[in-house]
Amino acid sequence: MDLTITVKVNGREYERSVEPRLLLSDFLRHEIGLTGTHVGCEHGVCGACTVLVDNEAVRSCLLFAVQTNGREVSTVEGLDAGPQQLHLIQHGFWEAHGLQCGFCTPGILMSLVPFLEQNPDPSEKEIRDLLSGNLCRCTGYQKIVEAVQLGAKLIQEKSS
Amino acid sequence: MKPAAFEYSAPSTLDEALSLLGDYGGDAKLLAGGQSLVPTMNFRLAQPAALIDLNGIDDLFFIREDGSGLRCGAMTRQRSVERSALVQRVAPLLHEAMPHIAHSQIRNRGTIGGSLAHADPAAELPALAVALDARMYVRSVTDARWVAARDFYVGLFTTAMLPEEMLVEVAFPTLPPGSGWGFDEVARQHGNYALCGAAAVVCLDSGGAVENARLVFLSVGEGPVEAKRAAELLVGERPTQTAIRAAADTAAMHDIDPVGDIHAGPAFRRHLSRVIAERVLSKAIKKATEAGRH
Ligand SMILES: Cc1cc2nc3c(=O)[nH]c(=O)nc-3n(C[C@H](O)[C@H](O)[C@H](O)COP(=O)(O)OP(=O)(O)OC[C@H]3O[C@@H](n4cnc5c(N)ncnc54)[C@H](O)[C@@H]3O)c2cc1C
Ligand code: FES
Ligand code: FES
Repeated sequence: MDLTITVKVNGREYERSVEPRLLLSDFLRHEIGLTGTHVGCEHGVCGACTVLVDNEAVRSCLLFAVQTNGREVSTVEGLDAGPQQLHLIQHGFWEAHGLQCGFCTPGILMSLVPFLEQNPDPSEKEIRDLLSGNLCRCTGYQKIVEAVQLGAKLIQEKSS
Repeated sequence: MKPAAFEYSAPSTLDEALSLLGDYGGDAKLLAGGQSLVPTMNFRLAQPAALIDLNGIDDLFFIREDGSGLRCGAMTRQRSVERSALVQRVAPLLHEAMPHIAHSQIRNRGTIGGSLAHADPAAELPALAVALDARMYVRSVTDARWVAARDFYVGLFTTAMLPEEMLVEVAFPTLPPGSGWGFDEVARQHGNYALCGAAAVVCLDSGGAVENARLVFLSVGEGPVEAKRAAELLVGERPTQTAIRAAADTAAMHDIDPVGDIHAGPAFRRHLSRVIAERVLSKAIKKATEAGRH
């Protein structure tokens, strides 16, 4: 039986009728057309599907859309500071070549948003611990670590 | 890669959840963090007819201290346990081991009760519960009982709970004075399930000899495996490096019977067990000595 849910995604409310078995990742991609959230493994391992639910980084492939009824979801599409204006973390990735194919990037960015809010000046070990939850098949992680360090620095400079 | 259809209910009270569980019999699954259940549903290894979502039951989310120790509601997120100053003070072994469980994004959803109930032999929390002599509070519509952690685990992914029962809370008793603890594991990558791990709790008497010792392994058997012979060797002894090494050898050779998988054969697992046992016993004894009753 379908259930009607209302979910706020990137500040905008969506009401949809969905089957309980619909994963949040598929809800975002197929129901409301936000394909920035990538789907790699659908068992929680790769991290490509990571989004924020009430500002916490979680796997959207391990949540049912019905579980987000009345909650706030943020995806990579909501990160930009305005048209043509990247988020400072995205700037870090741009400048430091933190991506190659980019498949893993949305999940990494969404993991980083709350991480850098809570820990604005992370050590390399802390960054690598966080990144352990996101698989990247291209970069070898070195450039991603540098991108996170740059992004963190840009955020700190802006807020000081 | 998509779950089969199921009926969904999201009760807001424990009584409602228990009565739904009773009505469905074995056909329903409780949905806690979903970090183990949903992957198996996505692969259709599990196809429950109904899910009872516990995420709306506020009474199941708590961490508190009582006269005898720490108590955690089943739905307390692993991330909350990890970050709790109360847990750090009352159950420091638990605090120390939490970051070894999966990745932060998984711990944000995964719950203490879900992991304890799932009884994955490679999971940290069941081994920690046995090492800390935790007790599980289990309820059904008609019954309520406390089960000691060591009686709770009865086999591979199997607990002493009946299909109509639910884990409601877990209690960790405060360690007696003169106690020390240690946890360590080896995983191929941080956040992956460990190839082998162990938790140790050692209590020294006022003369500095071992009064009580518990050493519990994960990932080397069908559930948490208590190294009883190793513990027996230590009790009554002065905890010298030689005694620790002998206990670690006994643990690896006689207390466990690991099987191999693609990541580690039985011999390698035994080797890891010996090394890790020596490390965690040494840590525990060092802490117990520092805590010193003598
Ligand atoms: C990529 C990845 C890596 C992981 N790595 C690790 C790791 O290194 N170590 C580790 O320990 N775990 C690991 N996990 C598992 C994770 O810790 C899970 O959160 C945990 O095992 C299950 O908790 P949950 O709350 O998500 O339970 P769920 O997945 O919701 O439930 C698990 C099972 O327990 C039952 N259940 C849940 N709550 C109760 C209850 N209160 N009473 C009775 N039955 C209940 C459910 O019906 C289900 O059968 C990993 C998971 C992923 C996806
Ligand atoms: S698709 Fe969700 S973690 Fe891989
Ligand atoms: S950039 Fe290709 S997977 Fe990370």
